[in-house]
Amino acid sequence: MIYIDVERKMLTTDGPRTLEVCVEIPAHELVCLFGKSGAGKTTLLRMLCGLFTPDKGVIRIGDRTVFDSSKKINIPPQKRNVGYMFQDYALFPNMNVEENIRFAQDVRNVEEIEKLLHTFQLEQLRRQSVNRLSGGQKQRVALARAFARKPEVMLLDEPLSSVDIELRQSLQNEILKTHELFQSTTVMVSHDKEEIRRLATNVLRIGKEKITAFEKPTNL
Amino acid sequence: MSPEFIQTLLLTAKLALSTTLILFVIGLPVAALLAFTRFRLKVIFEALINMPMVLPPTVIGYYLLVAFSPQHAFGGFLERWFDLRLAFSFQGILIASVIFSLPFMVQPLQNGFVALPKSYREAAYTLGKSKIETFFRVLVPNIKPSIVTGIAMTFAHSIGEFGIVLMVGGNMPGETRVASIAIYDEVQSLNYTTANQYSLILFLVSFLLLVVIYSVNKRFRV
Repeated sequence: MIYIDVERKMLTTDGPRTLEVCVEIPAHELVCLFGKSGAGKTTLLRMLCGLFTPDKGVIRIGDRTVFDSSKKINIPPQKRNVGYMFQDYALFPNMNVEENIRFAQDVRNVEEIEKLLHTFQLEQLRRQSVNRLSGGQKQRVALARAFARKPEVMLLDEPLSSVDIELRQSLQNEILKTHELFQSTTVMVSHDKEEIRRLATNVLRIGKEKITAFEKPTNL
Repeated sequence: MSPEFIQTLLLTAKLALSTTLILFVIGLPVAALLAFTRFRLKVIFEALINMPMVLPPTVIGYYLLVAFSPQHAFGGFLERWFDLRLAFSFQGILIASVIFSLPFMVQPLQNGFVALPKSYREAAYTLGKSKIETFFRVLVPNIKPSIVTGIAMTFAHSIGEFGIVLMVGGNMPGETRVASIAIYDEVQSLNYTTANQYSLILFLVSFLLLVVIYSVNKRFRV
């Protein structure tokens, strides 16, 4: 479960405005954030994982308060147990596929790595430099790396924006399968209505007004 | 080759190696500070670090010589408390060389850090890694070409430094007489054969270092 009730000032092309969100995302849901460019979708994701600090409000993940401006609580991203998959995947070129995944572990666990490599079909690529991977392979490594920490919450920032249409469908399946397998609460940014209808259990439309309620994906 | 010739070359190598090593250790945190943080007076700090690029070496040499003098506060303090005189000593030219070559190490490293996608740092943080661990395991290993450039430029620059070393260290064989000063000295004594030997060696070393930089950078680009 994620409870979020925050405000943050943002600079947009239409001038400054305040992003206001007050929602509760039930556990194990796959929620899509939908809205125009610059509406604040990535800002919201970044506040959830601790890379951005809200101006005020409260964020709770499970029964843990990770941010509370009135009590001056602000748990850093390192300790939030929130996985984040970046738009550019942010794989480290100085490490091969297996090393990238191993980097996420605090204590080395070979068995766990093998399981992840198997789940994401990366066994054949384990020694491969990440620079030589295709877009789809990169996404699988980024997902495996983020899930290596067994996060309660998984955030995906436009994961499919840079892949072609044919690949997109198989990667959507990958995300769906992973979400079901790891049973995490997933929040994903997407522009693609078709994609949202396929993947999301609920949608948060990010616009100029305060965001307080979900929409059904079929309503888009 | 005379023992003095070899002694001068060894001293030159010792100065350049020590300068490069010290600057690598200092340069990494300074470059990271300039690349990743915003603070008041940053432009002043940046300008000071890069001053040796634009200032005549004799100016910095002059100020250091004054500072090192036992009649002044810093030099007097060193002499009273540590029995150390930096003017006309190897330690003195080492400090001068470190200050003078600072931008040659900091600039490539800073450019390397700036060019890294911000998402590397952020990804490492969301993967539970501290700032220090992220720095040494993710950021530094991914700026290898910049590190090679910084090391080679600093080394080559330290080998060739003339004005500042002459001002601070003079021309004492075995202590402060480095190859660039020896060349000038030999020419003054019309000793062109030795000047030629020194020059050729400096030319070849510098050329080799630049070849290394370009081939390394080309390899990393591919």
